[in-house]
Amino acid sequence: MNAPTFIPAFVKRKSFIELDARSRAQSLFDEGTWRELVGPFDRIESPWLAKQGIAPQSDDGCVVIKGKIGGSPAVAIAFEGAFQGGSVGEVSGAKMTAALDLATRDSEAGKPTVAVLLLETGGVRLQEANLGLAAVAEIISSALALRQHAPVITIVAGTVGCFGGMSLVAGLSSYTIMTREARLGLNGPEVIEQESGIDEFDSSDRALIWAIHGGEQRVGMGLADLLVDDDAGKIAAAVRDCVYKGVPQKHRTEQVELYRAHIAALDTSSQIEPATLRQQWADSKRGVR
Amino acid sequence: MNEQVGLRGRAWFKALTGSDTPNDGDPNSVLATTAPVWNESALFLCVVPDKDSRFPCVRDGQVGLEEAFALAAHIRAVIAEDRDKPREAKRPIIAIVDVKSQAYGRREETAGIFFAAAASADAYASARMAGHPVISLIAGQAFSGGFLTHGYQANRILAFDDAGIVIHAMHKEAAARITRRPVAELEKLGHEIAPMSYDVRDYAKLGLLFKLLHAADPQHPASNEVAEVRNAITEAIADARKGKLDLSNRWESDAAKTTRKGTLAVRAALEAQWINE
Repeated sequence: MNAPTFIPAFVKRKSFIELDARSRAQSLFDEGTWRELVGPFDRIESPWLAKQGIAPQSDDGCVVIKGKIGGSPAVAIAFEGAFQGGSVGEVSGAKMTAALDLATRDSEAGKPTVAVLLLETGGVRLQEANLGLAAVAEIISSALALRQHAPVITIVAGTVGCFGGMSLVAGLSSYTIMTREARLGLNGPEVIEQESGIDEFDSSDRALIWAIHGGEQRVGMGLADLLVDDDAGKIAAAVRDCVYKGVPQKHRTEQVELYRAHIAALDTSSQIEPATLRQQWADSKRGVR
Repeated sequence: MNEQVGLRGRAWFKALTGSDTPNDGDPNSVLATTAPVWNESALFLCVVPDKDSRFPCVRDGQVGLEEAFALAAHIRAVIAEDRDKPREAKRPIIAIVDVKSQAYGRREETAGIFFAAAASADAYASARMAGHPVISLIAGQAFSGGFLTHGYQANRILAFDDAGIVIHAMHKEAAARITRRPVAELEKLGHEIAPMSYDVRDYAKLGLLFKLLHAADPQHPASNEVAEVRNAITEAIADARKGKLDLSNRWESDAAKTTRKGTLAVRAALEAQWINE
């Protein structure tokens, strides 16, 4: 058979989701400008996992890369979803906080340094419980400090999604980039089913999960900014666009009265239909930035 | 689960401010008022259970959408009113914490509780960064997303030295299930591995607390205990005012030098390798 070969774009594209955390972070930087800091050869591992019979990893599932994006100084911090579910432990959490703090220090010294957070995480690592939770509080604080000087850009690409305490970090970012394959929420469906029952949330209902937590919905309702295809080139371009835009005039989490009014207007007598909510909130999202 | 969640929070709010009625426009689950501490006035905030909440998943004292945005609104109002005041005149903000958790509900997820929680954490942190002393008093439970939303951005954290105080990422039964251990083993591990512990005395070893306080029965504050707590809050305010605006006091504390070696090693290594071209 000699039919003309048709190769659709999605076959030729370089998938971002299929990359590990390290390759994802590297793919965002201007060629030849990046290097990894406190990498696996520094061997700073979790001091808590081995005591519980769990093999630690020599980067604790967190990759820090420094270089330039679109010509601007930048640092990317990526959680590896394949190690302990991308969970935040003492060491991985401290890497993110410290990198944000150093970016703030440079920004205050007149060299604005962007941070890109790649979040594939279920939240706090329960084996390091209280130090994980404390680390999330510290990450929140340091991200807010940097956000005054340079954009903090979060990417949730999939497939782990961004849940638990780290979803707050996505919530307060200057820009959040998502793919259709990404999910973003505070509590995952299994947790809700366990805590509040299957009538509240049936965690086997995949259509419901995507309708509520999926990237298309979060961008559509205005709680994330850009919906991008699973394509490393397109995601890098979206990050560069956010770098060029700079710090937004007003961050979304500062729009308290707007969202408080949205919540006051909700009919809570039954469950909320995600598509309707998206439509209701979409009109106000242009006003946010 | 403890049936008493929120009672201690309400009791201490009442003892310290003299009131426990919600404001017009706020949900009944949020208490907010201005009351004197030493020679100045402070904003006091507390989340309490409201069995009639229109959001079913917050009725037992969880922090949900309305709670998060109400807290954020009160804090942002104080930041705006004190904008032009010098640091020493910025009003203290006192978070009284007794929260079971964040709300585990479908309504909440649909309407973006992650974002509501972020807005509240942002307001608390913004107040701190603007120079307001932000003090948390943990009177009962401080769990997970509930604590991140309400209290964990404070400059200084106070807690009672009492078996009823639980500060943790997840309650015992769920943590046991997820980490695949019996509850008894989890409790035993807690004494060997400080961050896993459910005991506030182990929590104190992490270096995150400013001070442990004592009350014979934290659900029923005695007048001398209220005076002591007020003194401790005053001391925390003074200490916050002379300290940094970030959270570095937590990992630079004496206790952190032993229990947070990993954190300190990461910070030192990253700073050493952070060379600008």
